Amino acid sequence: MSGETLLDVDDLRVTFPTRTGLVQAVRGVSFSLGRERLGIVGESGSGKSQTGRAIMGLTPPQAEVSAKKLAFDGIDLLSVSSRERRALRGNRIAMILQDPKYSLDPVMTIGRQIVETLRTHEKVSRSEARERALAMLQAVQIRDPARVFDLYPHEVSGGMGQRAMIAMMLVTGPELMIADEPTSALDVTVQLDVLKILDKLVAERGMGLIFISHDLRLVSSFCDRVVVMYAGKVVEQIKASELRDAQHPYTRGLLNCMPRIGFERHPLPVLDRKPEWAA
Amino acid sequence: MSAETIQSRREWLLSDRPASRLQARLGRAYVAWRRFSANRLALVGMLIIIGLLVVAAFADVLAPYSPTIGDLKNARLLPPGTAHWFGTDDLGRDIYSRIVYGARWTLYVVILVAIIAAPIGLLVGTIAGYAGGWTDTILMRITDIFLAFPKLVLALAFVAALGPGIENAVLAIAITSWPPYARIARAETLTVRNSDYIKAVQLMGASPFRIVLRHIMPLCISSLIIRVTLDMAGIILTAAGLGFLGLGAQPPLPEWGAMIASGRRFILDQWWVAAAPGAAILIVSLGFNLLGDGLRDALDPRSGDQ
Amino acid sequence: MTASITVEGLEVVFDRFRVLKGVSLDVREGESYGLVGESGSGKSTLLRAITGLAPVASGTITVNGKTLGKTRDKAFYRDVQMVFQDPYGSLHPRQTVDRLLQEPLAIHGIADGEKRIERALDEVGLGKGFRFRYAHQLSGGQRQRVAIARALILEPSVLLLDEPTSALDASVQAEVLNLLEEVRRRRKLTFLMVSHDLAIITHMCERLMVMQNGEAVETLTASQLIGHRVSEDYTRNLLRASEGFVRV
Repeated sequence: MSGETLLDVDDLRVTFPTRTGLVQAVRGVSFSLGRERLGIVGESGSGKSQTGRAIMGLTPPQAEVSAKKLAFDGIDLLSVSSRERRALRGNRIAMILQDPKYSLDPVMTIGRQIVETLRTHEKVSRSEARERALAMLQAVQIRDPARVFDLYPHEVSGGMGQRAMIAMMLVTGPELMIADEPTSALDVTVQLDVLKILDKLVAERGMGLIFISHDLRLVSSFCDRVVVMYAGKVVEQIKASELRDAQHPYTRGLLNCMPRIGFERHPLPVLDRKPEWAA
Repeated sequence: MSAETIQSRREWLLSDRPASRLQARLGRAYVAWRRFSANRLALVGMLIIIGLLVVAAFADVLAPYSPTIGDLKNARLLPPGTAHWFGTDDLGRDIYSRIVYGARWTLYVVILVAIIAAPIGLLVGTIAGYAGGWTDTILMRITDIFLAFPKLVLALAFVAALGPGIENAVLAIAITSWPPYARIARAETLTVRNSDYIKAVQLMGASPFRIVLRHIMPLCISSLIIRVTLDMAGIILTAAGLGFLGLGAQPPLPEWGAMIASGRRFILDQWWVAAAPGAAILIVSLGFNLLGDGLRDALDPRSGDQ
Repeated sequence: MTASITVEGLEVVFDRFRVLKGVSLDVREGESYGLVGESGSGKSTLLRAITGLAPVASGTITVNGKTLGKTRDKAFYRDVQMVFQDPYGSLHPRQTVDRLLQEPLAIHGIADGEKRIERALDEVGLGKGFRFRYAHQLSGGQRQRVAIARALILEPSVLLLDEPTSALDASVQAEVLNLLEEVRRRRKLTFLMVSHDLAIITHMCERLMVMQNGEAVETLTASQLIGHRVSEDYTRNLLRASEGFVRV
């Protein structure tokens, strides 16, 4: 699936100024991504979301992003103008966030939002944009696209909203998709439906996917490769199929500490955090 | 005190692991103070208000003349000079001395109004917000009735009914200024009443009275303090307005509004008679406004959570 | 064994919407009982109805032999306490841990406060160093420990747990689950625990009820679930979903 490099990240750092001094949320993260599914896993404060945001160019303005290299398809993301960056964002790089409630515009119908997204990036006629939006809604397995097209975000369920969000992000045919906890706000059964759709679309269109999540087991069942982050650093990069043989005690701890049906352990093993992991 | 002890003291205050109730409380106050003092204008406002307090406290020392008895024969309507810094009025009284003593009356009005109006507003607002239903409807409709009239007009009506005088002016202003406080307190209450931490207290078996008094009111107080401080300027102006109309402080009380009223007659020829108390009102109002702005930054409950 | 909580034909209606449609269950004394379901299943509403936070339209709730009416008295709350889902929202933002723990003691007029607070903090693994901190000076896991200490300080016999770990990181979740098991063993508590996560419920509970759209789907023992001996399709779906993503 891989081969060519789509995204190259070398020594990425994100620094936030606070009242007590500078805080590095991301401290030298490096990885590269082809047309594959890469999972970034970590707990809260591990810097996984800030890594995704930095790639997307959505770091808050007071924070500073630096890297030896941050290149998307040969384009240096740190040196391009903000206009070019905007053009990339949404067109060739797309992002799905955790809760569709907050990332969809509440006063615009779902259909119109998809059409607007398409028309800001491509010169297409209104009717063609509508056709493509409907086709996209169909592609995310919304049963009655014409009806959902005219609904407002609050009128649909969480799973439906997240599908609409995916449709909106994919309508421009991006090459890289960053999904930040795309299913964490959804019910477990809906979660799998959404993942199935995402999986199919990524495979069909040959996109690169960065799947950011706190759930190591879910990520490893979905992705080809997993990057495990702790305290702003990458502690381990491993093929998802080889996760069982993970070397780092943090990765192993994260895998073990979750209760599993059919594996009774009382008490559950807990993580013994070592200061040298963060060093 | 060496730099090191100051440094260690600051660390003690900012500690994330306070070891006693006192340290926790002082630490919280210190953080608020740092936020407040980062705002230069707020410090200016605070200096003005401290100045007002000092002037009021030491009026006897600071004022060279009596505020009420003038020299009718020799000193009528003198322009500002070395003997009379701000000049004299039509009864030969030293305007500087009158302004210094007037600080007391200004403070008297402002503090009394705050003490009467803020608790009424807090009580009405939190009870209405927490109880909901009929209680809420009745209390809020009463509030609306008060809010429906312009403040000064309503205060005028009350003073007219109660009779002129500074005490009645205070009462009238207090009666007309609590409704906005009730609204604020109710709005704050509505945002917290369904929060889990209030539910948790309910689940301990706490009475509604206890919940309102000990858990909801403390959360409303900071926004109320901010609002009251910002309103102080308005209170001073209303009191001055009533004084100006002859319904507030009665002669010979050196109340600033009344002083402007009596200076009005000579405003073209002897401008200082009205200008001096006017400037005093302006400066003090500005001080309270700046202070209120600073308190908003320091006490904002939303920023306090993080 | 005697029943600790018995619920019969419980209906809860919000704005004419039936959130619970006649649910019955019985929890034995000292048992740990789980409620599993997705959002809108009514599992949290059931807990809230027991505590009096949700209005009961019909049906009866009996706790420790006493049938509950519309209001709960103080004695009820000494017997039944609850831990909320969101540790960031369940602690008062302007109160220290000390003050939070003092409150239930003050409400019930319990005298040996000092000792109880120290013991409660020790029991949840926080120790004295945390006593004078505000909520914003605590991590999510520490906050949830404080919430557990607060629930335990009145020495209840029943603890209602509303998704107590769903807002926590996986490693912190393990610590809190272990803590809950430990206090349950030590204090012989009855648990009624709500979660959307089948694995957590099977880990923590002996029996469980699967809920959907305000109704009970089926009641199972943990071992039945582990052995996949379930009779309803919905439960089977949940089981499959809990195993993660499978590529076809």
